[in-house]
Amino acid sequence: MSPLLLEVRDVIAGYRPDLPILHGVSLHVGTAEMVTVIGPNGAGKSTLVKAIAGLVPISAGSVAVEGTEVTNLLTHKLATASIAYVPQTANVFTSLTIDENLKLGASTLSKADAGRRIAKAYEDFPALTQYRGQKAKVLSGGQRQMLAVARALLTEPRLLMLDEPSAGLSPLMVSEVFSRLKTLIATGVSILMVEQNVKAALAISDRTYVLAEGRNRIDGDSAKLAGDTEVAAIYLGAGGRKR
Amino acid sequence: MLQALADGILTGSIIALGAIGLTLTMGILRFANFAHAELITWGAYMALGALAITGTFAGPTPPFSFGLPLVFATLIAVVLTAALALLIDHLVFRPLRSHTSHMTVVFASFGVSLLVRMVILLIFGGSAAYYSNELQIAIRVMPGLRVMPDHVFTLGLTLAIVVALHLFLQKTRLGLSMRALAENPDLVRINGIDTRVVVRWTWVIGAALAAVSGVLYGLTVQLRPEIGFQLLLPLFAAAILGGVGNVFGAVIGGLIVGLAESLSVLFVPAGYKMAVPFFILLAVLYVRPNGIFGALRGGAK
Ligand SMILES: Nc1ncnc2c1ncn2[C@@H]1O[C@H](COP(=O)(O)OP(=O)(O)O)[C@@H](O)[C@H]1O
Ligand SMILES: [Mg+2]
Repeated sequence: MSPLLLEVRDVIAGYRPDLPILHGVSLHVGTAEMVTVIGPNGAGKSTLVKAIAGLVPISAGSVAVEGTEVTNLLTHKLATASIAYVPQTANVFTSLTIDENLKLGASTLSKADAGRRIAKAYEDFPALTQYRGQKAKVLSGGQRQMLAVARALLTEPRLLMLDEPSAGLSPLMVSEVFSRLKTLIATGVSILMVEQNVKAALAISDRTYVLAEGRNRIDGDSAKLAGDTEVAAIYLGAGGRKR
Repeated sequence: MLQALADGILTGSIIALGAIGLTLTMGILRFANFAHAELITWGAYMALGALAITGTFAGPTPPFSFGLPLVFATLIAVVLTAALALLIDHLVFRPLRSHTSHMTVVFASFGVSLLVRMVILLIFGGSAAYYSNELQIAIRVMPGLRVMPDHVFTLGLTLAIVVALHLFLQKTRLGLSMRALAENPDLVRINGIDTRVVVRWTWVIGAALAAVSGVLYGLTVQLRPEIGFQLLLPLFAAAILGGVGNVFGAVIGGLIVGLAESLSVLFVPAGYKMAVPFFILLAVLYVRPNGIFGALRGGAK
């Protein structure tokens, strides 16, 4: 069996060495799989994807991409590791134009490749085309999310990490974003997505991890978890029952 | 009056060059670097030192008081000033940036500025120096307005540098990365760019502009170890006036400060000239804390 696309093992990580936020979190993502991470506010979901991206130091445990260890990766080497990451907040440069945002995302590519893929990004996200020369601050929340995803895909990653891409979007935009992600999966890209909408997360993904207080709580096939009373309990109670 | 205007524009353009470097490093590295002004002094004196070698090969090119030797000396000064800036960043600012509070770095920059000034004093001594003893004949443009050829050169060079820098920031990948870095360093890294490289280039560009500004000051005024100290307040006034991180803002800010300084002499005793930028700074901070044009980003954070 070939190694997993992403394998996170017993990761302990936090913003300060004396104050870990993640207390040994594990998860994995297979090829062309869509995996969601859900959990109450402050569970450490964002911290987990930041740790994978090298933005939060990992003090123990490991992260591997296709069997190659990338623990505490230098963030600018994400693309080299075939990962693209769209943060939860501030995921576009509002002081730069749409074009400049995309150019920046393509700056590790040759000029020719960059030009070609940016042109393709405008084809895939036609709503962005009319704003090309305008500052990204004019974009709506949904359009910013589109731009952030379009930027992330420029390097043709094998794993796309998204932190709450549906936050603050209208239901129509949410279904548009999600159907985009579905088509991506069809092209062989894997997705690791943090989602605050439990129903939507369980409906769209193959597998789901429930995180609470920096620890794995439940995981499994999304379809099965949808009827699980324990998942609901974690959201209702303060962190939920222990297993 | 006309003469005061012309003098103000000249001083303003020298302040502007220094302020551009300051606004870039402040916007991108997010701390007030008090040592930036000393890079100007350092650049001016490095050119003086280099002139001892290059100056032996050729004389001045009329109508200017200088010739190719000073041009080459300036290039050497640019390299040596960039080297000093990189060294300071490597030894002082970078270790502090990652581990301590914002204020610690600002105070460290104070310490560094004293150190650099002392080194210059030690090497070159405290008395005033000049690049050339040639006398220049001022051109009478119109009644009441005389300009030196060197001054015209200074203005032209400043203009050329500002245009070149603008094109660089707008058209190149590195320039784009620098602008992005001022807004969101983590997102720049996420985009696959090694921010350490961008930071290094920011120092090089800021230092190069400081060196040129120092040489132009030495050329049109004189060389003294206190150049940086005296320019410190005007530089910060210009950078903050224009909005931290805003290159064009720094240019306009520099011109406003320069003009205000030289025009003030018409109304208040010359001894108060140095206080003018201070009042401008206070007034701006009071009315528009983000500068006239607003910052590229919230600024020092
Ligand atoms: N930049 C930060 N510095 C320090 N602590 C942080 C930072 N960001 C988040 N935290 C803390 O980490 C914990 C987990 O936060 P986060 O990962 O953002 O949760 P989630 O994304 O699951 O809502 C919270 O207690 C939060 O206060
Ligand atoms: Mg979060």
